[in-house]
Amino acid sequence: MSPGAPSGASPSTAPKRDQYDVVVIGAGPAGLAAAATTAEAGLSTLLLDENAGPGGQVWRAIASTPVKARDTLGTDFWAGAALVEAVAASGAEVIQRATVWSLDKSLDVGLSVAGGSTFVKAGRVILATGALERPFPIPGWTLPGVMTAGAAQTMLKSSGLVPDGKTVIAGQGPLLWLLAAQVLRLGGRIDRILDTTERKNWLAALPHAFAFLTSPYFAKGLAMMREVRAKVPVVSGVTELAAEGDGRLARVVYTAGGKRETVAAELLLLHQGVVPNVNLAMAAGIEHRWDDVQLCWSPVIDPTGATSVAGIAIAGDGAGIGGAGAAVFRGRIAARAAIEALAPDAAAKIEPMSGLQAALARATRGRAFLDTLFRPAKQFRIPSGDTIVCRCEEVTAKDILDSVAIGATGPNQLKAYRRTGMGPCQGRLCGLTVTELMAEARGKSPEEIGYYRLRAPVKPISLGELAALPKTEDSVKAVVRG
Amino acid sequence: MTTRVDAIVVGGGIHGCSTALHLCLRGLKPVLIEKDYAGRHASGVNAGGVRQLARHVAEIPLSNRSMDIWERIADLVDDDCGFESHGQVLVAEDDGELAACRIRVDDLNARGFVHEELMDAAELRRLVPAVAETCPGGVVSRRDGAANPARTTTAFRRKAERLGALVREGEPARNVRKDAGLWRVDVGTETFEAPILVNAAGAWAGRIAAALGEPVPVETVAPMLMITSRVPHFIDPVVILRGRKLSFKQFANGTVLIGGGHLATPDQDRNETILDWRKLSESARTVFDLFPVMRGATIVRAWAGIEAKTRDDLPVFGPSARHDGLYHQFGFSLHGFQLGPGAGAVMAEIIVDGGTQTRVAELGIGRFQLP
Repeated sequence: MSPGAPSGASPSTAPKRDQYDVVVIGAGPAGLAAAATTAEAGLSTLLLDENAGPGGQVWRAIASTPVKARDTLGTDFWAGAALVEAVAASGAEVIQRATVWSLDKSLDVGLSVAGGSTFVKAGRVILATGALERPFPIPGWTLPGVMTAGAAQTMLKSSGLVPDGKTVIAGQGPLLWLLAAQVLRLGGRIDRILDTTERKNWLAALPHAFAFLTSPYFAKGLAMMREVRAKVPVVSGVTELAAEGDGRLARVVYTAGGKRETVAAELLLLHQGVVPNVNLAMAAGIEHRWDDVQLCWSPVIDPTGATSVAGIAIAGDGAGIGGAGAAVFRGRIAARAAIEALAPDAAAKIEPMSGLQAALARATRGRAFLDTLFRPAKQFRIPSGDTIVCRCEEVTAKDILDSVAIGATGPNQLKAYRRTGMGPCQGRLCGLTVTELMAEARGKSPEEIGYYRLRAPVKPISLGELAALPKTEDSVKAVVRG
Repeated sequence: MTTRVDAIVVGGGIHGCSTALHLCLRGLKPVLIEKDYAGRHASGVNAGGVRQLARHVAEIPLSNRSMDIWERIADLVDDDCGFESHGQVLVAEDDGELAACRIRVDDLNARGFVHEELMDAAELRRLVPAVAETCPGGVVSRRDGAANPARTTTAFRRKAERLGALVREGEPARNVRKDAGLWRVDVGTETFEAPILVNAAGAWAGRIAAALGEPVPVETVAPMLMITSRVPHFIDPVVILRGRKLSFKQFANGTVLIGGGHLATPDQDRNETILDWRKLSESARTVFDLFPVMRGATIVRAWAGIEAKTRDDLPVFGPSARHDGLYHQFGFSLHGFQLGPGAGAVMAEIIVDGGTQTRVAELGIGRFQLP
């Protein structure tokens, strides 16, 4: 959209300029908030997003969903619309279906739109790449008929599709209950919910309970769980889980309270919470650390989202899971820091950093309770035996342990033995599992074991597209200078 | 604590690991010191080409010696290293290039080397059916092939360790010095001493040589590679070009490795490289032109490994010109992987026997000394 163009103007297919003050990557809550803020302050802003429309995962298809009954998706979903309008009015240039496949320390952003690639130069980059669903490797999870809850929710929001065959949802976390509620409200079918929350987590979460009880999550969460429990049998304390079937899912076998049960199923939706999507940040060389509470890699950031790479900030769930409400404020905070650096005069006119930080603290209240309660159990993170870990190369847990036994010391060496993480998913579906599995096998911490060294292209690009990369003098210089 | 060993090998690349292994086979007990882990840099992330084809004549004897080892690699390291021998083919894109190929092969034959054979268009098409029809021929080296570089380097390291080499990974060699006729090197809280020191530290070897008073014109480079998702099988040999920078190989799993020596920007102190997509784009254009079958393939990853390149693109190999007991084995200038197995064997002969039958004299460090 060109500056000042009304919402609904025809979408851009290529950046209008070679360089921008700020490039924001991801149009979820954090990215929309960041782009609106920097553009309103007069900074040339490019917002790049991979999806067909803005909204990210939480507000997916906010501008286009066929689900129009507002109660079905919940008020939190519709809160995104105002922010989408703010971006449209802000003068930010927005490109949808733009895949960012390269980012490096020189702040060159390689992006692909409509089958063509180009580079733009950024004064500042704000990464708002959000979260990924945590891998949930159980026996049989690669069978047709097994998918993640997030994938089911994507179909629900963008196409209004809901399950109509025998359906089981297994796992834990707020998103699992939200999905169940949304499916039921749309008339979809759920036969059973298998809750894998560990009983001991309730005790561990207790010290954080007060903050949670007074947080916005509590009332909404409780109401949603009541609504679901009224319509679907919920089995708590599930400690083992397997998908079975001959060529496709036929049943789910689980253990709860020491008792083994089998339930027939045509669709199994798995969910074990979400983790930061760190691929682009890692490929850009940003320092990360292992988060022992959320059990994932998180970028090392300061209170404004600034990273170890000068000029790149991270906002939203990509900086550590905080939810949509927190993401909006983290987006504004990162944007404000960019404005302070690039246009200090404009910063005086927007909300001060202290106010934004206070709002962020309110939005994250209760988070520690959720993180502790929904810390996934070891047996659902670290598989054994013939359970597939790397789906692209069909590598099992046993294969990995065998490689460790003959000398593979970390994920990068494992590649040489088993090609894990070298397939089209580039480690997204196996990375955390490989780190934790190798850490356990070698008696080391995940921090010591490390993660795959990630490199561009962060998303695959076609050879023809790379071959057609424009060869302008400016962009040649921009790359060589790095 | 000081540990006395027979030799100190600095650098856990294919060369350091191979030399450590061959020293063990000759009855010595070396220590192998690697600041990261074996195969972390160029040796583990290169294209894996096992190539006698198109080498400088000065290193052909070492390359041929190496190929004899490659063909029985599993006997040496108990691992086939993923070595496959489908030949390597050098493609001439026009008649001028083909004429240059002919001169080259005639010259090699006159020197007694017969591993390179001139091919006409028909033989090129037979070996590489997917190549663009405009190519008039080229050169083939039929014993050549490719291996898995990380697996190979690790296999050499593991075998050396099994035969008695001490291996220290994760700590750099510090304070390299000579005291009372013995080389001494600090590693973490340990010190090793030995009458023999082998400098096989790759991109970091130039610093060691300079610190010991033998500076070499060597620069740090990072050749880039990229790999595609799986495509239907269409090629067996490794392909390189006479004129443009490209090497090209399809693995058994269908993925295609594209390299050829375009360089990234290395940051040697941080073990990092910044890729240059303009140059990778050139590689992609070359593949696009020559292999129409590849046009729809997807690039899933690109990377670069850090190594040393000398002024004349030949390795520094052999005894120091300045110090007794010091040996250099570095500067392989983007083509050292295939040489690793043979170079380790030859280096062990030089160290233990005081000489070798394999002709390596032109590779000595003396060639860089001022007249």
